[in-house]
Amino acid sequence: MFRFRDKSTANKILEKIKDLNIKAKFMNVCGTHQDTIVRYSLDTLLEPYGIELVAGPGCPICVTTSREYMEAMVLAARGKIITTYGDAARVRIRGRSLLTLRGDGADIRIVYSIDDAVEIAKMNPNRDVVFLAVGFETTAPSTAYTILSDPPRNFYILNCHRRIPPAIEALLSLGEVKIDGFIDPGHVSTIIGLEPYERIVSRFPIPHVISGFEPLDVLVSVYMLARQVKRGEAKVENEYSRAVRREGNPRALKLIEEVFEYTDLEWRGLSRVENSGMRLKRKYEDRDARLVFQDELKLLEEYSEPKGCRCSEVLRGLAKPRECPLFSITCTPLNPIGPCMVSVEGACYIEYKHRRV
Amino acid sequence: MCLAVPGLLIEVNGIIGKVDFGDGTIRKVNLALLEKAKPGDYVLVHAGYAIQVVPEEYVRETIELWRKVISLEDFAK
Repeated sequence: MFRFRDKSTANKILEKIKDLNIKAKFMNVCGTHQDTIVRYSLDTLLEPYGIELVAGPGCPICVTTSREYMEAMVLAARGKIITTYGDAARVRIRGRSLLTLRGDGADIRIVYSIDDAVEIAKMNPNRDVVFLAVGFETTAPSTAYTILSDPPRNFYILNCHRRIPPAIEALLSLGEVKIDGFIDPGHVSTIIGLEPYERIVSRFPIPHVISGFEPLDVLVSVYMLARQVKRGEAKVENEYSRAVRREGNPRALKLIEEVFEYTDLEWRGLSRVENSGMRLKRKYEDRDARLVFQDELKLLEEYSEPKGCRCSEVLRGLAKPRECPLFSITCTPLNPIGPCMVSVEGACYIEYKHRRV
Repeated sequence: MCLAVPGLLIEVNGIIGKVDFGDGTIRKVNLALLEKAKPGDYVLVHAGYAIQVVPEEYVRETIELWRKVISLEDFAK
């Protein structure tokens, strides 16, 4: 009987990696990969064989900027119902988060799906309901679908969707960290397919492997990357073929294309990344909370990033969570200072949860 | 955020399906992003939306790929 988690198989893959005898640094850009890597200590297992694994900007909650969270907080303070996914409500800016605003009477609703947010809008026809739409290409199609399916008039989007491939290119252009290969995000790839990575490889020829999320998936992907390095190849391979097709999910891509247009957008850690944002097209601007409530958003206060927090460097692969002076001392999941300690996909939260001591 | 959980589609009603995630967890899932899905299919669910069908034979293909990649004879025993 074959198992997706099997120690003896893992050891055999590790032996194969050892036999390749290379030295390389591979980056993942997905919080769920980082969770698998740290939960099963794959990074520690690989280290003696010359493979270093490092996390990149793969946590949507983390790369969303303070400004975007503050926009949601301003709208909450102005009496709108703010709906969002759980982690986004816990990100603190100057000590306050959407959840702590609840204590001041703000109406913040945690939802599992954008469909729940639409239901809330239907049940509260006299209130403005704003959905804080955080997420990469995996999440954006559901937002696009909702916009197109005629939600109630009082339903708006505070759009923070982002695209992963431009962030990978931005990191490679920066060249701060020498990356020898990418473990590409499985579920983003379910939507976008292989082609966007192939375009990256034509500009920056290094290996890419789209990976699944079981520990053996990640180990096999690391082996595939290492093998490319050994052979001097640079191509896109798909380890997660059970869920990722070459063309991605055409229906979801069409929805994205219908509703959004690409725009330059700031990321936490990466500053402005060309074509990495997804702006609502003009014909849907009556759903765009930033336009509809622009006068109220003028109340946005000045803010600064928390002192000492190294989230920005963690998101670029320049620092490990433990290298942050705040890690597990003043910054913990119960009292997170930076967003990387808030989200279950944040590198700091994952490190704290699985390897506190 | 990009966490997606596989489950068994047990009922389809227009664009809404019921998915059994095991251990008695059954949830309503939006199927609008899929070309087609029928009861008995395994689907990957992200934030309440099924984003892909995962046919059982593809899972076997994964194992085949691993076997090929690693070329370990005892891989699937």
